[in-house]
Amino acid sequence: MALLLLILESLLIFVFILLFCVAYIILAERKILGHMQGRFGPMHTGWHGMLQPIADILKCLIKENIMPTAADKIVFILAPVMSILPAIMCLAVIPFSKNIYAADLNIGVLYLLALGSLGVYGVATCGWAGNSKYGLLGSIRSTAQLISYEVPMGLAVLGPVMMARSLNLIKIVEAQKSFWYILIQPVGFFIFVVCSAAETNRIPFDLPEAETELVAGFHVEYSGFKFVAFFLAEYMHMFVTSAMAAILFLGGWKGPFFPGPIWFMIKVYSFLVLYIWARGTFPRYRYDQLMQLGWKFLLPLSLANLVLTSIGIVIFG
Amino acid sequence: MFQQNEMTIEMGPQHPSTHGVLRLTLRIRGETVINVDPTVGYLHRGIEKIAENLMYTQFQPYTDRLDYISAPANNLAYVQTVEKLLGVDVTPRAKFIRVILAELARISSHLVWLATHGLDLGAMSMFLYCFRERELIMDLLELYCGSRLTTTCMEIGGVRGDISQEFIDKLNDFIKMFPDKIQDYETLLTKNRIWLKRTKGIGIVSAEQAINFGLTGPTLRGSGVKYDVRKAQPYAAYDQIDFEVPIGTVGDVYDRYLVRMEEMRQSTKIIRQALEKLPEGSVRVQDSRITRPDKALLATSMEALIQYCYLIMEGIIPPKGEVYSSVEGSKGELGFYIYSDGTSKPYRLKIRTPSFYNVGILPSMAKGAFLADMTAFIASIDIVLGEIDR
Amino acid sequence: MDIQKDVVEKIKERFPDAVKDVSSFRDQQTIVVDKKFIIDVCKFLKETQELDFSYLVDLTAVDFPERDARFKMVYNLYSISQSKRIFINVNVDLDDLVVPSLTCLWESANWAEREAYDMFGIKFSGHPNLKRLFMPEDFEGFPLRKDFLLDGEGLE
Repeated sequence: MALLLLILESLLIFVFILLFCVAYIILAERKILGHMQGRFGPMHTGWHGMLQPIADILKCLIKENIMPTAADKIVFILAPVMSILPAIMCLAVIPFSKNIYAADLNIGVLYLLALGSLGVYGVATCGWAGNSKYGLLGSIRSTAQLISYEVPMGLAVLGPVMMARSLNLIKIVEAQKSFWYILIQPVGFFIFVVCSAAETNRIPFDLPEAETELVAGFHVEYSGFKFVAFFLAEYMHMFVTSAMAAILFLGGWKGPFFPGPIWFMIKVYSFLVLYIWARGTFPRYRYDQLMQLGWKFLLPLSLANLVLTSIGIVIFG
Repeated sequence: MFQQNEMTIEMGPQHPSTHGVLRLTLRIRGETVINVDPTVGYLHRGIEKIAENLMYTQFQPYTDRLDYISAPANNLAYVQTVEKLLGVDVTPRAKFIRVILAELARISSHLVWLATHGLDLGAMSMFLYCFRERELIMDLLELYCGSRLTTTCMEIGGVRGDISQEFIDKLNDFIKMFPDKIQDYETLLTKNRIWLKRTKGIGIVSAEQAINFGLTGPTLRGSGVKYDVRKAQPYAAYDQIDFEVPIGTVGDVYDRYLVRMEEMRQSTKIIRQALEKLPEGSVRVQDSRITRPDKALLATSMEALIQYCYLIMEGIIPPKGEVYSSVEGSKGELGFYIYSDGTSKPYRLKIRTPSFYNVGILPSMAKGAFLADMTAFIASIDIVLGEIDR
Repeated sequence: MDIQKDVVEKIKERFPDAVKDVSSFRDQQTIVVDKKFIIDVCKFLKETQELDFSYLVDLTAVDFPERDARFKMVYNLYSISQSKRIFINVNVDLDDLVVPSLTCLWESANWAEREAYDMFGIKFSGHPNLKRLFMPEDFEGFPLRKDFLLDGEGLE
């Protein structure tokens, strides 16, 4: 009975996350960005536009499903699925508190990194399937970008993993009982922030969907529900990376006064606000500059960080 | 025809960053642009042909539709040319009001440029900040002539009307507030590392090249050529106003950005001086060939009634001859060439628009550049398709 | 005014056969030059140090259906260093609608000549890419000719 309740609880959390967190990240982005830019954002659907994300999703669901004649039909349908599935699967291992999670994996970190990189297949096939030059260019850019930023990101994640001596997310959080890892891993955290922005295609690294050059990037041919799938996948990915940042560097659900899940959500959302803030401030990198930043700056930096961390662990135990 | 690994991309005529209906056929290898072939004409309305069939006063509203984001400058260029043809000199007050309106148009146009330039390179907030300030200029123009975009705010022989005290107060508020706003924009962009990376050292145009391609305006001055029609052949009241002409050094996208930012500051300075020096008097020249008599006079004077009817029915009749006169529009030298055969309609009217010549530099600028830089190039030469296609 | 006169004198001195007519209206100096000499005159104006007419402001044509020489080309040259402007006109017959292209001197002539070709049908010899600019490729007639009426009738 207790187990059943736990499963039900986890399922409810999933629904909660899907419908509220992800949908409301979109609203939060529009509202925060709006207020940064001297306007209000959505105002008319519900109180201060609170029902806007639901209206948006409903609108997209009842839209006509357009299939380009020259498209590779099967791949065209599979691509959004391939994109959203890893993102949903990632949510399974995220611990919201000591006992609110769907699955407790011993290799949680590895699982997240692996599934995160699986998402690139969705993007790559999607650009190909639509048979559009803009989409193709966008997906080529995206593939290159995701692959380049995977490496420094993995290396940055290794810092907390080495200090906690575990790949289990819950154990990593428990290891941060006395202090958060951001205090001794500031460089690692910085690399993680930059890489996660690149991984989730956010400004200043939003080249794959650079709308001013590539119209809309890899999903240019998609509309209706298939487009929503990409959209949700991107925001879910954002949520997952923010959760990773909270778990690995910011002490997960640990914090005074409030219960665990609330602390966790506070941390996740403040990380998300950072993304939104960056979008309101920065211009976009160019493709070659992005590659240079990834390979020539972030990779050596993360390697040096890793070496220093291991030396520190050896010396201070 | 195609090498291996090459492909063509059609950028436009419907594309978010070609600033209108410019169509570019790009040949690219990977992300590198090999060749650009611009196609224009999607907005061709035959304005020059229309002009040949309209009277001089009737044509003026059409000039609003050239560079539709700085209409007063177009109006000024046109009425100035017709005045030159007639040999009329406008009153001092009208000259200063013309300067104020033309500089407002320049700021407004540069704001649109900055907004879209920022948006093209991903700095999304710039767009909304700039449009927020532009709205104030639109309000000012609306207060002056009742229209926001297509102003037709000048007349042959003067300006549409005198400026009100309310207009002067609001304008004073605006020029007091605006330098701080420019500072805000610069805080966001000028020293931003990503912005520098995206704009420095790309799209370099040398001074000789710039002159050879007939570039004018900030695009020319970014390359270090100090040519500004306001200084070279002063018109309106610019000879009585003290201002600087900023120039660049390298001629890259960043230099053109700096030049335009400084021009906005100078424009504010010009407006401030013009308001201080604004002389009293009439805003319309008294010349029976072009000025309609007072409405009150029509009831008492037969001659005034005849003159009124004559001006309405026959229009303005200039002498035979050909003239060219230009102003420094927000994008460069905007000139009108009129060939008059002594009738009330221009026999031939040619508009020398800055964007038409400025866009010609695009292919040589883009050769060998990255695809992502194309948007920066298009934004930095600041084209308006209404002006190119006419 | 005097400086502009000076320019005219210099051209007359250098190309005695080329200058056909000189006129002045509202401080604007116009020289009518023989078609054969147009490139030479422009080159002289552009490359002579003390003249320095390095900037081709505009280039257009005017149609006179009743005249012998039906078209008149108008070249608008400006010297940035001397702040001088000069107009050069070239008369073109309908039978011989070919004018030497100035693209060898100025890149800016490229599109301007294409426009003149598009609107008047004047051909430019030596132009690298003489296609229609504004009108569609398959358009018939030349819109800015006086016999092209507004309702589209009167096509040749």
